[in-house]
This record gives sequence, C-alpha cells and structure tokens, in this order.
Amino acid sequence: MTDIAAGRLPPAQIAANFADAHPPLTPHEAVVEASRCYYCYDAPCMEACPTGIDIPSFIKKIGTGNLRGSALTIFEQNILGGSCARVCPTEILCERACVRMAEEERPVRIGALQRRATDWLMEHDPAPFQRGPATGKHIAVVGAGPAGLACAHRLALHGHEVTIFEGRPKSGGLNEYGIAAYKLADDFAQREVAFVLSVGGIHIEHDKQLGRDFDLATLQRRFDAVFLAIGLSGVRALELEGESFAGVRNAVDFIAELRQSGNKANLPVGRSVVVIGGGNTAIDAATQARRLGAEDVTIVYRRGPGDMSATADEQDWAQTNGVRIRHWATPHRLLGRDGQVTGIEFMRTQPGANGRAVPAGDTFTLETDMVLKAVGQVFIADPLKSDGSLALAVEDGRIAVDADRRTSLPGVFAGGDCVAGLDLTVAAVQDGKVAALAIHRQLMG
Amino acid sequence: MADLRTNFAGIRSPNPFWLASAPPTDKEYNVVRAFEAGWGGVVWKTLGEDPPIVNVSSRYGAVSWGGQRIAGFNNIELITDRPLQVNLDEIRRVKRNWPDRAVVVSIMVPCTEDAWKKILPHVEDTGCDGIELNFGCPHGMSERNMGAAVGQVPEYVQMVAAWCKHYSKMPVIVKLTPNITDILKPARAALAGGADAVSLINTVMSITAVDLDLMAPEPTVDGQGSHGGYCGPAVKPIALRMVGDIARDTEMRGLPISGIGGISGWRDAAEFIALGAGTVQVCTAAMHYGFRIVDDMIDGLSNWMDSKGYATIADFQGRAVKNYVHWSDLNLNFKTIAKIDQDLCIKCGLCHIACEDTSHQSIAALRVDGKRRYEVIEEECVGCNLCAHVCPVESCITMQPQPAAKPKLVWGNHPNNPMYVPEAAE
Repeated sequence: MTDIAAGRLPPAQIAANFADAHPPLTPHEAVVEASRCYYCYDAPCMEACPTGIDIPSFIKKIGTGNLRGSALTIFEQNILGGSCARVCPTEILCERACVRMAEEERPVRIGALQRRATDWLMEHDPAPFQRGPATGKHIAVVGAGPAGLACAHRLALHGHEVTIFEGRPKSGGLNEYGIAAYKLADDFAQREVAFVLSVGGIHIEHDKQLGRDFDLATLQRRFDAVFLAIGLSGVRALELEGESFAGVRNAVDFIAELRQSGNKANLPVGRSVVVIGGGNTAIDAATQARRLGAEDVTIVYRRGPGDMSATADEQDWAQTNGVRIRHWATPHRLLGRDGQVTGIEFMRTQPGANGRAVPAGDTFTLETDMVLKAVGQVFIADPLKSDGSLALAVEDGRIAVDADRRTSLPGVFAGGDCVAGLDLTVAAVQDGKVAALAIHRQLMG
Repeated sequence: MADLRTNFAGIRSPNPFWLASAPPTDKEYNVVRAFEAGWGGVVWKTLGEDPPIVNVSSRYGAVSWGGQRIAGFNNIELITDRPLQVNLDEIRRVKRNWPDRAVVVSIMVPCTEDAWKKILPHVEDTGCDGIELNFGCPHGMSERNMGAAVGQVPEYVQMVAAWCKHYSKMPVIVKLTPNITDILKPARAALAGGADAVSLINTVMSITAVDLDLMAPEPTVDGQGSHGGYCGPAVKPIALRMVGDIARDTEMRGLPISGIGGISGWRDAAEFIALGAGTVQVCTAAMHYGFRIVDDMIDGLSNWMDSKGYATIADFQGRAVKNYVHWSDLNLNFKTIAKIDQDLCIKCGLCHIACEDTSHQSIAALRVDGKRRYEVIEEECVGCNLCAHVCPVESCITMQPQPAAKPKLVWGNHPNNPMYVPEAAE
C-alpha cells in the first residue's frame, strides 16, 4: 500500500523546517568574524569568486562599521550578492581559497559576512543605484533569472533601456523556483528582484516565452541587442520501464512546487522517498522531502561520494537531515502496482575506465512511495529556432559564446546555465555582467 | 615549583601580583574576594579627607580593537567616595584576617603638611603594611591640586614624601604619573624625599573615543565628557619604558619599583620584573575578567620560571636592564634579514604589500606554476622586522642574524656622525 500524504508533521514544525536554515550573523558576531580576515593582498578568495568581489575590502568595511560601503563593494560586482551570500557553494569557491584554510582549515565565513552587509543595505536603502543618463538604446533580455537580471541591471546603470521577457509568472529564475526553500527563506527572491529593478529603466514582461510567444529573429529586429538567459529547460529522463507510474516525479518540479506553496503542510510527500542523482538538486529534493516529514529518504547515486557534483558540505547537510546516501548503484527498473510506483530495482555499479560506473552484476530493490528524478537538466535549443531553423551555434549542448558572451549571431549574447561554465548563480551573474559591458561597448563604441 | 614570594621595600607578599589602587580594591568585600582568589597583595583604593568626594555616573571608556574588548581602558572615577573611618575599619579587619598578604593603603590629601600629618597616624594605626602616595591621578583630583598636579612637580613629590617619612614609620611608595616629559625627575625627587619605593605608571591622560552622535568625548555624562586616565593593555609599552628608565638610572640603583600598566598575564609580569620591577600591580585585566585571572598569572609565572631554571623572583629580576641601552649604544654593524618558511606560508601577501608600499621593496610577489610565492630579496632587506610583524602565522617569517662581518660600531664612532672625531694617529 503506497503512502503519499500531506501534513506528516504539525504545521508549526513544517514552518520551522522551511525557515532560514542558516540564520544571519548578529552585528557583533559579524565584527568578530570580520576580524578573522587577514585583509590579504592579492587575495586568493577574490580570485576564486566568479564575480571578482573585492572580498578583503568588503570584510574590512564590516569591521569598521561601514556597512553601506561594504555592501556597495559587493553589489558593484554582483548585484545578486544577497542571494549569492545564501546559495553560493562558498566551500568550493572563496572559502576554499581563504588563506586560513592552509593555516587552520577554518576559513573566514565570507558568505555569512556577505549576507550581513547585503542584508543591511537592502533593509536600509532599498534603491541604492540609479540608472545612468538615457542612451536611447533598447536591449531585450530573455529570462529573468540571475543572468538576465544581472545583465539588465548593468545595462541600466549605463543608461540603456531594458525589456526582460520571462516565461514564468514570476521573476528570479532558479532563485524563485529552483533553490531549496530554507536557503532563500521567506520572500527573499522577490525582494531581491525588486532591489535589482529599483535602478530604473527595466521592464519585465511575464508569461512571455521564447519560441511560443515570440521568436529570436523578431527580437533582433526590434532591439539594439539581445541577451539570452534561458537556462536549462529540459529535464533528463531515466528512460526506464515504469517511469510513468504515479509517484515518479522530476525533482525540479517537486522543488518548484515547494517554493511556490504558501502552506507546505498541504504538500503531499511519500512516507518513503528515493531520490536518484548526485547533484545539488538531488540534495535539495531529498532534504526537503525529509523536512516535509518523509520518514525514510534515500539518495542513490551511480558513483562514489567524490564524484557527486553536490559538494561535500551539501552531502553532509543532507546526511545531517537524516537522508541516507547510497553510492554505486543505478536504477534498472521501476516497480509498481495499479499505476502507482512501489519500488525500484537497482543494479550495483563499480568504477570502470575513466571513472565511469559500470554494472557490477547484481541488483537490489528499494521499496518506496515516491521517486524523485534528479539526473540532470539539459539545454533545449528549440525555442531559439526561427522558421524551424537554428541560426546560432550550439556547442556541447549549450549556446556557444566567446569571452564577452557573444554568440555566433551579431548583436546576440548569452549567459547563465544556457552557456558552458559553472551552473551556479554567481557564474550566471558574472555572465550577465560581462555581456552587459560588451553590449555597452558595442552599442556606444 | 618556583618560589614567588617577594619582599618589596620590607612589604612581604606570597606572590608579586598585587591589585592596584582602583575600583577592585575599593572595599573589604572586593579585597577579601581578591585574597580568596590568590592575589598576593592590594593597594587599597585611595583614601582622602572627609567629606568624601562625589563620583559621576558613567565612568569608563574603552577601546575595542578588531572585536577584542578593552584593548585600552579609561576612567573618570575619583578616589574613594566612602567616609575615611569606614575604610580604616575595613583595612584593619582585612589585614588582621589576611596577615600573609600585602595591604598597602593609597592616600591623597591636599598638599599641606597638616593634611598629611593628620591622616598618616590613622592609616598607620590600621596595621597596614605601607602606603602609596597617589601623585598620579590625572583627572578630577588634579584640578584640586592633588594627584598628578603634585606628581608633575618634582619639588612637591620630594616634599610630601619627606612628610610621610617624618610622620610615619611605614614604607612609603610614591606612585608616579606618566603625564610628564622625563620620568626620572619625579622618581629622583621621591628618592630624595626618602621614599622607599616607586610604583608606575599611573594612568595616561586620554580621551578614548568621541561619541559621533552625541558629539562628545566618551564616557559621556549628561551629554558631555571629560578627559580620563588611560590604562589597560594599550599602555603597557609606555609603562615598560618608564620602568626601564628608572631601573637603569645609576642614581636610583636598587630603588624598589612596583610595575603597573596593562599587565594582563604572567608574561607581562615577567617582562616588568625582567626590566627591574619587584612586584606588579594589576587593575584593568581584573576589571575585565574578575579576580580569577590571578590563577594563571601565578602558575604561568611559576611554570615559566621552572622552565628557565629561575628559583626565585630575584633570580631574573632586572636581568633585561643591562640590555636596555640608549640608541647610540646599538651596534650599527649588526645585520639581520628576513626568512620566509615556505611550508608555513599561507600566501596572504601581507609581507609583500607592507614591504612594497611602506618599506624597502625586498619581498617579491611571484607566481610559480600559477601558485603564489613570496620571496625575500636578501640584497634589499634591511632587517626592519616589519614583515615578521605583519605575518599572521607564528614563526613563518623569522629574522636571521647574519655572521658578523665587522666589529661592533656605535654611532659615536661612525664616520657619518658629524660629531665624530677620529683619534689622531699616534
């Protein structure tokens, strides 16, 4: 008898489980933590930040009580510094580079300090930036996620007018739909969007999808330049027998539903949940399933812990939340009864050539009420086609761009998850910023 | 286990750690708690004439540094605000109950012979071990011609010390103010007046901070502030220098010195003793953490002495004095250069930027296979130590004395010295 139900925990418990998982530093904690920063010269942390934030400077300014200056040091490089402070895997970026790692393996808490500064400014001055003198140029941005917002903001600072076309009813992209609720708690994603838009000169048209409501050729005609930040719209399937059973879902849909739900106590979750995959989506889905009240949650990944794209910290976080992680197994067959999933048969794997997983021969079965698939998202090029043909170059499954995020089409730029590189918010912001500067140079040069 | 007992100008205590005359020694209750915690002695908070003075509300200012509270401390509190007889009764009782501890009484009365003649017998009658003359308090009392107003005039210091020796048999310690150009002048005056010892430093005139909202110096009293007396870890270097100056002065050789100023642990105490102090007095550290800090002071000092083979305080007291010389006695031919331990280096770049921007451009910032590497350019290094000080890693940058290429040469004999006259060839 499968068991998928809502309200497995008291509403107050569920609310607490989805509140800010890592509450902000108190003002005094922040000053003490800031004092741990050595204010390195040619700081390795700064080099490790995809957006190149001057980390020693912003931390120094926290120490001196110059919170406005600190926050602006961050925002000038990364207008989404607020969400990056919350969602960046700092353990593989700035904090891993922190010189204190070499000394004591305890880095300065750069992410937490960034949150202290950015929160302060967003609370005290919700509109610190102003659009530059109007240039008369109008740029189309497709996608109101981190890359699109960062690009639009930088363009607006230079005085350009921007129209963002967003396929979903809300802006924010993955910050709104794809990040675990306890990482970006309450309505932070929307507050951040408002903060970005406060610069002026940016219009957003929601529910406008590229390829459905308009095409790229039209944008090229109507605007002075185009920036594509369309993300990864496809979700990889297991391509296994039984995948259409009820109770089998894409993890990204489960996460989006959680984020959009006003009352999480109404969300159904299995008593037993199996998540398949090894990335942060798998971690977020599994941990949130636990926090919704699932009794038994298992992540199954085809290779070892070091091969997972989820960082070690993320894996620890899931395990701390009571998620079991099983390695070296790949789903073979979904089992079901009356159209409802009841279990998965896994094939054990073992390391093969080039680190790939190869079948080890035997199988095992996990009984489950719910399966969440998190085996990867893929770029779908179809919306970019005009009259059925794809005009711009795609390379290794993503839009091909140069160092300026210029595509093969004149006047069309791209960034974020739809181009190659780290699939991180902070990398998307950098793409948007770099593209905006290139667009500005091209239009005004 | 080292023997920490001290005999300071005839005043005995089981260890050299005394509490300075200040709020922690204001009354019997505090002093008894201090003795229970293990303090070797106290200098009772300064007694004055009746009626007692009146204190203001809000009395302390502090300097925080990088999140560390009370790196420096300042106060605008005055001497005791309790009636004289109350203090005298408590002092008598404490000394009777704690005969092995040093109980010294600080006194400040107007600069007239009558005033001192009147109070001294009352104090002596308590059975206390000695008196300390408060010639240092730089605020409140100095405007009434007491405290630092006396300490800044060597003739007055000598005169009052002489009165005290004349009207009592107690050991007399003169507490010196640092708010003066040459500390030797009042110290010599104290000796000339017959004082048995000096203690220093009293607090440094200071404003710790300005409240930028109230636009007034801190601590603020009803929207205004006054200068106060600065103490705590920040003043230790000033105190060490003054203690050292007295200790090496030939006229004052053997004059007992009680060291005061920012002493927060056993290492600070050892440094003061090495520069000539016989006891040390502590206030700010106790006010920050409570009396229990003496526990580490006692066994820290004892363990360190054991590790160095010093059996008694006298074994190392004043050992650094002979090496505290005038600049003109330093060897100009000595050379030391920085060495970076590449295995310990954490690549913070602080040594490079400090040297590059503000010193001698003798640390190169390199990238070797893409990795940061900082290397000393030995030909350029003048051995200034700046890099070793800015380096956050203990022992990563060390100074390496170079083999002596030439004999010792001091400024007096240096050819660049315009005053140098080469000895005529015989």
